[in-house]
Amino acid sequence: MRTIAIDDRAGAAGVEPLDWPKELYRVLKQHDVRQMSYVPDAGHSRLIELFLADADVVSNLLTTEEEGVAIAAGAWLGGQRSVLLMQSSGVGNCINMLSLATIGRFPLLMLVTMRGEWAEFNPWQVPMGLATEPALAAIGVRTLRADTPADLVETVRSAVTLAYDADQQVAVIISQRLLGTKQW
Amino acid sequence: MVTPVIGSLERRAVVARLLRDRDGLLVVTGLGSPSYDVHAAGDHDGNFYLWGAMGAAALVGLGLAQAKPDRTVMVVTGDGEQLMGLGGLATIAIAAPANLVIVVLDNGHYGETGMQRSHTGLGIDLASIARAAGFAGAVTVTEQAGLESAAQSIRERASGPRLYVVKVRPENLPRSLPPRDGVHLKNRLRTHLGFVVA
Repeated sequence: MRTIAIDDRAGAAGVEPLDWPKELYRVLKQHDVRQMSYVPDAGHSRLIELFLADADVVSNLLTTEEEGVAIAAGAWLGGQRSVLLMQSSGVGNCINMLSLATIGRFPLLMLVTMRGEWAEFNPWQVPMGLATEPALAAIGVRTLRADTPADLVETVRSAVTLAYDADQQVAVIISQRLLGTKQW
Repeated sequence: MVTPVIGSLERRAVVARLLRDRDGLLVVTGLGSPSYDVHAAGDHDGNFYLWGAMGAAALVGLGLAQAKPDRTVMVVTGDGEQLMGLGGLATIAIAAPANLVIVVLDNGHYGETGMQRSHTGLGIDLASIARAAGFAGAVTVTEQAGLESAAQSIRERASGPRLYVVKVRPENLPRSLPPRDGVHLKNRLRTHLGFVVA
C-alpha cells in the first residue's frame, strides 16, 4: 500500500514537489553505497523499490532489523558501504547489536521512518516512537532528524559523510509529519 | 525435535582441522568459546573475533561474503549464538551467497554461563532448519570421518550457503584470548584485504 504523501512546502508554493526517495537513492549511489538491508516499511517503499531494481547494489531482506547492523559491519570489513532501512519500531530490536557498531567504530548509516509521533492512530506505535531517539542516544548512535523533504536530503548527505568518512554511527530520523498519515 | 545428540568430538581439534591450510579463507567467530577455539588454532589477520553482539556472527559473515565474493568466508560459532540469530538463517538463505560457510560448534550447552542446556541439547536440529530454509548444504557431523569430508567440501565452491553442525563435547577448555579491541580487529582485517585505514 502506497502511503507516502509528498508534502513539500515548495510544492504548496506551486513548485514541483521534491521526489525525496529518488533524491536519497541518488545521494546514496553517489557515495558508493553497495549494500542495502531492510525490513519493509511503507515510508521506505519507494526507496526499497529503487534499490531492488539496482543490480549494482546487494539488497538483503531481514527478518529483524538487528541483522542489518551485523551485515553492515561485515560489508565494511569487506570494503563496502551499506545502508540500513527500518521503521522506528525496529530500532528497539537493534539495541544490543549496535554495540558491535559502536565498540568497533564501524561506519553505520540507518534511515529510520517514524511512527507514533504525529497524527498516529495506533497507540501500540507510541511507546517505541517515544523511545526511538533516547534509545539510540543511550547506545551511542547519533541521531539527525529531518522534518521536510528538502532537509531530509541534506541531512542524509551529511550523515553519509559522518558515517563513512568519520567512522560514526548515524541514524537519520525521518519524521512522521514528513511521511504523511497512514491511509486505511 | 529430534533425540538430542551430545557430541564427542574435541572442539579445538575440530577447529584446527577446519583451518589447516586455510589459504585465503576469511573467518568470523561468534562470542565465547568459538572465538577462543579459532584463536587457539593460530591468530591470523584474516580473522574477525566477536566478543559480544550475540547472534551477529553469521550475518557479519554474510555482509563480508557479499562484499568479497571471490573469497570464502567461514563463520565459526556456537549453538547458543546461532540460536539467537535463528532468523538470520532465513535472511542468509534468500541472499544465497555461494561463498559463505557457517560452522556451528554444537555442544548442546551454554558453556560460557555455566553449562546450562541449550535448545539443541534439548532436541532442536539446526541442520534441519537450515535445510528447510534452502541452504545449499546442511550437514551434521558427529565423528572424525564426517569432519574430514566436511573439511574438504568447505574448500569447494557450492551453489549457495552451507551450514555444518559439528557435535562437540560439552567442556570448558582453558581460554585462548584473542584481542578485544574491536577497532583494531576491524582495521587489521581491512588492512589484510588491502583497504586503506583512515
